[in-house]
Amino acid sequence: MALERDKLTAERALLTLGESELLELYRRMNLIRRFEDRTAEMYARGKITGFCHLYAGEEAVAVGAIFALYDKDYVVSTYREHGHCLAKGTPPRKVMAELFGKETGISHGRGGSMHLFDPNLRFMGGYAIVGGGLPLAVGLGLSIAYKEEPEVVCCFFGDGALPQGAFHESLNMASLWKLPVIFICENNFYGMGTLVQNAICQQELYRFAEPYKMPGVRVDGMDVLAVYQATMEATARAREGEGPSLIEAVTYRYRGHSMSDPAEYRSKREERIWQERDPIKTLRRRLVGERRVPESRLEAIEREVNAIIDDAVRYADESPEPALSDLMKNVYVENGGPQS
Amino acid sequence: MAQISYREALNQALAEEMTRDDRVFIMGEEVGYFGGAFKVTDGLLATFGEKRVRDTPISELSIVGAGIGAAMGGLKPIVELMTVNFGLLAMDQIVNHAAKIHYMFGGQAKVPIVIRAPQGGGHQLGAQHSQSLEAYFMHCPGLRVVIPASPADAKGLLKTAIRQDDPVIFLEHESLYGMKGEVPEGEHLVPFGVANLMRQGKDVTIISYSKCVYDSMRAAEALENEGIDAEVIDLRTLNPLDIGACVESIKKTAKAIMVYEGWRTGGAGAEVAAQIYEAAFDHLDAPIERVATKDVPMPYNARMERAALPSPADIVKVAERLV
Repeated sequence: MALERDKLTAERALLTLGESELLELYRRMNLIRRFEDRTAEMYARGKITGFCHLYAGEEAVAVGAIFALYDKDYVVSTYREHGHCLAKGTPPRKVMAELFGKETGISHGRGGSMHLFDPNLRFMGGYAIVGGGLPLAVGLGLSIAYKEEPEVVCCFFGDGALPQGAFHESLNMASLWKLPVIFICENNFYGMGTLVQNAICQQELYRFAEPYKMPGVRVDGMDVLAVYQATMEATARAREGEGPSLIEAVTYRYRGHSMSDPAEYRSKREERIWQERDPIKTLRRRLVGERRVPESRLEAIEREVNAIIDDAVRYADESPEPALSDLMKNVYVENGGPQS
Repeated sequence: MAQISYREALNQALAEEMTRDDRVFIMGEEVGYFGGAFKVTDGLLATFGEKRVRDTPISELSIVGAGIGAAMGGLKPIVELMTVNFGLLAMDQIVNHAAKIHYMFGGQAKVPIVIRAPQGGGHQLGAQHSQSLEAYFMHCPGLRVVIPASPADAKGLLKTAIRQDDPVIFLEHESLYGMKGEVPEGEHLVPFGVANLMRQGKDVTIISYSKCVYDSMRAAEALENEGIDAEVIDLRTLNPLDIGACVESIKKTAKAIMVYEGWRTGGAGAEVAAQIYEAAFDHLDAPIERVATKDVPMPYNARMERAALPSPADIVKVAERLV
């Protein structure tokens, strides 16, 4: 499955990144995996309710892409956004508390799993309408160009968003105006339960870049280094004022579409094949094999991550609910009228 | 005070606010080189340049979405929809995004966007170009809905809208663009949520907004000849809604007629009537009446279109029955 090109780009990244950076990639992917596993547990125990879409299996995409960004770069995401939000740096406590619907959550319990938002880290939101985030990313890109700032916008969406009008309108506008937007399509082969080939006439999704006159690449979304390298190239181009790019990251979600989906539309064999290409195991092999990182260091990271997530669960559980007296607060901006 | 048209008043508000605040910019279909489909943005491209007066492709959903994103990125976008009818393509961004973002992210994000849209019937433009959709927007919490009748209000409310931190739907009636009136020069802000008492009377309260305010005023003049003294209220904004002004008037007249150009069923006037019942039932001597557009896709035929739209004669007839 991995393309020759991916191997080369990954090799390149392996050469450019220092050990501490590689370990940080490992740490972030583990953090997301552990977070999602504990989230599933908490969902089963009724601590988390509503819709909940897990990111396990796709960690390399969020972590690789976001590692290529600066803190002031924007990220726009979907309803499957725990991974992106954590990769951008939001404390797991604040994300878990949001899933628990608590006042201490990153969206103060008003958003839930699908609507995380962290303005300090420029994580500009999870949106639960397929394709809905793309026009917002174009607008953020427009604001960067307007203010002549050096930032970029990284916009994540699934393969399910490609047939939406918003995808085509947004790519056209971003290219027309040469906006600094990196469109990252996480192709996990299923829009809910529908196979890509039953939804999209062109299954090489990166080729949708061609008609919109921007570079389009397909990368191995199970390889964090390949995603990182591809995103670095796209951001460099965007920062030079040369406009947007489309990256198709081929990946796989280990669980169903949401917690209520047992994923009966796909075979156990298919799931096993993908799990053998697990992004965390792949990086681990490289670190141990090619960079001679002692296993004990990786185990220490895993222990540290487990402790952080245990603490996040505890924090979420012990946090207070929002006050009902605040139900109607923030429908409108307080004192949002002219101040003159 | 200068006599200028509703269109010129809007243009003046845009130019003044763009001069005052360099975060303010306009984008939409034909707003630049064409000068706006209704010429509201005429001349602004020459003054402010392409960066601040941006022509867009015909992509309503993403024009509005990009405006929302730009607002979240610290700008103050004014998005012009060529007409409200095309705005239906952008309802996902308006309702699912603009209206929700402040609340669903726990008050951490603001969307200070103004979405301007011409609307209304009366020009034989057929079923897809003659709608008045204010009720759709009024139904959705998180949106401010502004709907000026006079040139002075067009200017003053638009300036307030641009300085507002909430998303604002700003609805202009296509029949009013050429109408002239006195408009204060320079700084002129009309606050949201303050209705305008257009005419005092003691027998019946006619509550309206946008073009129907003038139909109501003509009806009031006709009623005066019959010895019926009508009070006329222009709501100016539907969100926030000045229900207090309506209730005060009804305490005096005990009768009310809602006049609006949206469809009769589920219209803004229906909501206002419900709120009046809740707040002032004991003061009413009769059920509140509605004079509105008939529940029909607008026909092209001129006589049929006139029959579908509310008219001064319709208002007079209802008032005569009430009083």
